Amino acid sequence: MIDSELLAMLAGVLALLACGSIVTTVLIKRANGKPSPTVINLRDRVRAWWIMVAIFGGSLLLGRSGVFAFYALLSFLALREFITLTPTPRGDHRTLGWVFFIVLPLQYVFAWAPWYGMYQIWIPVYAFVLIPIRSALAGDTTDFLTRSAKIQWGVLTCIFFLSHLPMILYLPIPGYEGQNAKLLFFVVLVTQISDVLQYVFGKWLGRVPIAPAVSPSKTREGLLGGGLATIGVGTCLWWATPFSPLQAALISAMLVTTGFLGGLVMSAVKRSLNAKDWGAGIPGHGGVLDRLDSILFSAPVFFHIVGFYFGESMARAYRMPEWLKSILVPFAT
Amino acid sequence: MRSVIAWLVRLITGARLCPTSASNHERSRIYFANHSSHLDTLVLWAALPSESRERLRPAAAADYWGRTALHSWLATRVLNAILIERQAPSKERDPIGCMVEALGSGSDVLIFPEGTRQLDGVMGTFKPGLFHLAKRCPNVELVPVYLENLCRILPKGEILPLPLIAGARIGSPISCLGESESKPDFLQRAQSAVRALGPST
Repeated sequence: MIDSELLAMLAGVLALLACGSIVTTVLIKRANGKPSPTVINLRDRVRAWWIMVAIFGGSLLLGRSGVFAFYALLSFLALREFITLTPTPRGDHRTLGWVFFIVLPLQYVFAWAPWYGMYQIWIPVYAFVLIPIRSALAGDTTDFLTRSAKIQWGVLTCIFFLSHLPMILYLPIPGYEGQNAKLLFFVVLVTQISDVLQYVFGKWLGRVPIAPAVSPSKTREGLLGGGLATIGVGTCLWWATPFSPLQAALISAMLVTTGFLGGLVMSAVKRSLNAKDWGAGIPGHGGVLDRLDSILFSAPVFFHIVGFYFGESMARAYRMPEWLKSILVPFAT
Repeated sequence: MRSVIAWLVRLITGARLCPTSASNHERSRIYFANHSSHLDTLVLWAALPSESRERLRPAAAADYWGRTALHSWLATRVLNAILIERQAPSKERDPIGCMVEALGSGSDVLIFPEGTRQLDGVMGTFKPGLFHLAKRCPNVELVPVYLENLCRILPKGEILPLPLIAGARIGSPISCLGESESKPDFLQRAQSAVRALGPST
């Protein structure tokens, strides 16, 4: 059974995109064959949004496994961009092989299972222990601390933080059972709308840059205007969430703030790697990480705030599943 | 079949072509590139636009590409490679001669003038093969290529390729071999042309 409220939100987004396509088409027509680069970039961005919404919406309609598969793929693409820009020497080759082919898939298996206890510690404990061990075994000590830290950062942001988004499907919220897909849609919609509105307000009214050395396009006016408008949008969507309108406004404000700061931090990381964009995978936007940067920090914070607020313990709700126990326990005893 | 394989290679390695010169060309070309991985040939082949890919005949070491049935199928059926004997080039299988013949029949040739894979992305000195080839075929375009990140994706001595994003930067043709240009001067010039396409350090 597909939730009609979920379909309503999806229809709303598609209507918004249709408006975007009409506006850019009109702008290009009016320019008489000489559209400015900003308009061309806008058209590319809107086109890419259609594809991204189709894939994201499609994964939600496919159900739980579709969502987890989608985020596993996103983590893979994001980590690939992160590591491509991070110069790693030959000594890290095997370490990175472990990260891509063992750490990443297992994180999503534990999340999908769901085995909450393991999902929470697999990366901060086991992967973070494995990474420096494997690099030390390879024997190259040049810049050892820097190299390990860079790989750990990539794993933390691209795999661990991002995997909190699909975990929203399992948040035990009394009276909201079976409707969590809408909450995931809400989080993604609010963070992405926040990015779009901050961009629009920044282009329109932007004057004072907040951190010019890190990200010249982030302005005070863009943040305030875009942020307030986003909180408005989020509040208007309270009916799809387990929140009251006031709670929806507060949560939206939290998503705007963490999204902005996450984007700022990821920009700083990107600059320190001497790059303008994370990649070239999404026409008009840059790489996958350029689109995900703002959600990386907001996903875990949202997940835990909502989890704490509604009080049901995740660890109690999701012990090691029986099927996983039947695979692993024979080895343990 | 070949375009499916090319698409797959592009998908897996994320190989991007960064052309700085027009891709359609009348004259035959010699592509010369840095060599750091077994995947070099496959990635450049896959990254080229389809007409250029059809014309390409990479020079490939017979000892490596003849190792297994899969290797030789890839080399002969997919890559359309010119197999070169590295150890004991005999008179009748003269490597330069095979390449001159391919260029004469309108194909493009890809060679790795360093001769063998280098470690950590450091470029080695160019062997004289490129010079002799340029001398015997004065009418072909000499096109430098820089292959990016391949030394991280599958370096010498590793079996498992990492899923990083590869890049193939194709430069503008360098000017032909001068009348009085010496062998070391020419090889030096060719090497700098490849290096100039790489990351600035």
